Amino acid sequence: METVMAHPFAKYLREAMMPHIWCSGCGNGIILNCFVQAVDELQMDLNKLVVVSGIGCIGRAAGYVNTNSFHTTHGRPIAFATGIKLANPELEVVIISGDGDLFAIGGNHFIHAARRNIGIKVICANNFNYGMTGGQQGPTTPVEALTTTTPYGNIEHPFNLVHLAAASGATYVARWTTLHVRRLTQSIKKLLQKEGFGFIEVVSPCPEIFGRYNKMRTGLEMMEWFRKVSAIENFSDPAKAEITPERIVVGEFVDIAKISYEKLIHEKIAEINEKKMQW
Amino acid sequence: MPVRLWRKPLDAEKVKLPKAEIHILKNQCKGCGFCIQFCPKKVLEESEEINARGVHPPKVVDESKCIICSFCTSVCPDFAIFIVEKPCKEGC
Ligand SMILES: Cc1ncc(C[n+]2csc(CCOP(=O)(O)OP(=O)(O)O)c2C)c(N)n1
Ligand code: SF4
Ligand SMILES: [Mg+2]
Repeated sequence: METVMAHPFAKYLREAMMPHIWCSGCGNGIILNCFVQAVDELQMDLNKLVVVSGIGCIGRAAGYVNTNSFHTTHGRPIAFATGIKLANPELEVVIISGDGDLFAIGGNHFIHAARRNIGIKVICANNFNYGMTGGQQGPTTPVEALTTTTPYGNIEHPFNLVHLAAASGATYVARWTTLHVRRLTQSIKKLLQKEGFGFIEVVSPCPEIFGRYNKMRTGLEMMEWFRKVSAIENFSDPAKAEITPERIVVGEFVDIAKISYEKLIHEKIAEINEKKMQW
Repeated sequence: MPVRLWRKPLDAEKVKLPKAEIHILKNQCKGCGFCIQFCPKKVLEESEEINARGVHPPKVVDESKCIICSFCTSVCPDFAIFIVEKPCKEGC
């Protein structure tokens, strides 16, 4: 059928940047798709939305969304986002970035932003490796997985990202795979409405540079792996949600309320100013 | 057989099932096959033609089987497929 109608989400994308660079079968496009769908369903004011990314394949996301956006340096999207949020708490600041960017070079930013409960929202595309630079092993690579830098099998233990986020104090923590598009979209909607620091890990296929060394040459094979091994267990113990080839526990892990850092800092500033007036 | 399967709903005459109109932006497709594989009604299949990116985009096998769950719309990494409900004058 010949189409004349535009895609319903086309207005959320920068036309000049399309097509995106992501490989066939890559999950990054699905994450972008679910994100713009959540923004659409919430009817968000695009002038008040800022998308921040670091460097990596998924880091291109900031350049693709038709909102205010910031493509920052490797590992530093949280630092930039913190600045934006504290300068203007009215803005909804969302980070879309990679597992390497957020948890290797940017690991400290992540745990401290969660601890301080800065009201920024982090969506992490976990593809188990550094996709953009050629598939090196990273802090989420599963034990025994083959990558370009672990040709005999990885001997390092990976981070369990949802456990890390929960232990660091995040007020919302969830994990989905790119196959759970409905739940992921609903979860992003929830994330965007939280006051404090929130985190969603999206387990995502990278067939081109991770799957190919691990007996999953196509995105379809990686998605079939997710279908086979993922189990939805809402509010289960994140400490027990380690990702293994046999099991990927998905669901919401944490959903609590806690006053955000930007509220406290602006309250504190007002309080100090008031005291000064009385002198 | 469960009751809901053999009993014809009383309002069956009045209630019209929505009809889908499937839009495929062929040249945006990178041929990952997610929409074809994960459509619960198997409405799509790989076509013979080769698009601008050198892959086989999906084609519609039977539009009337589509239940407008829009899973394909959400799972497409390339924003290359979407479903709209047919306006009533054509659909019902
Ligand atoms: C300071 C600095 N160090 C290293 C790099 C090289 N580099 C670019 S992207 C990347 C890793 C990206 O991995 P990830 O964040 O998981 O994103 P993916 O490509 O997997 O989506 C690295 C190490 C860089 N650009 N800047
Ligand atoms: S290398 Fe991997 S993460 Fe990067 S675009 Fe290709 S499939 Fe996606
Ligand atoms: Mg990565």
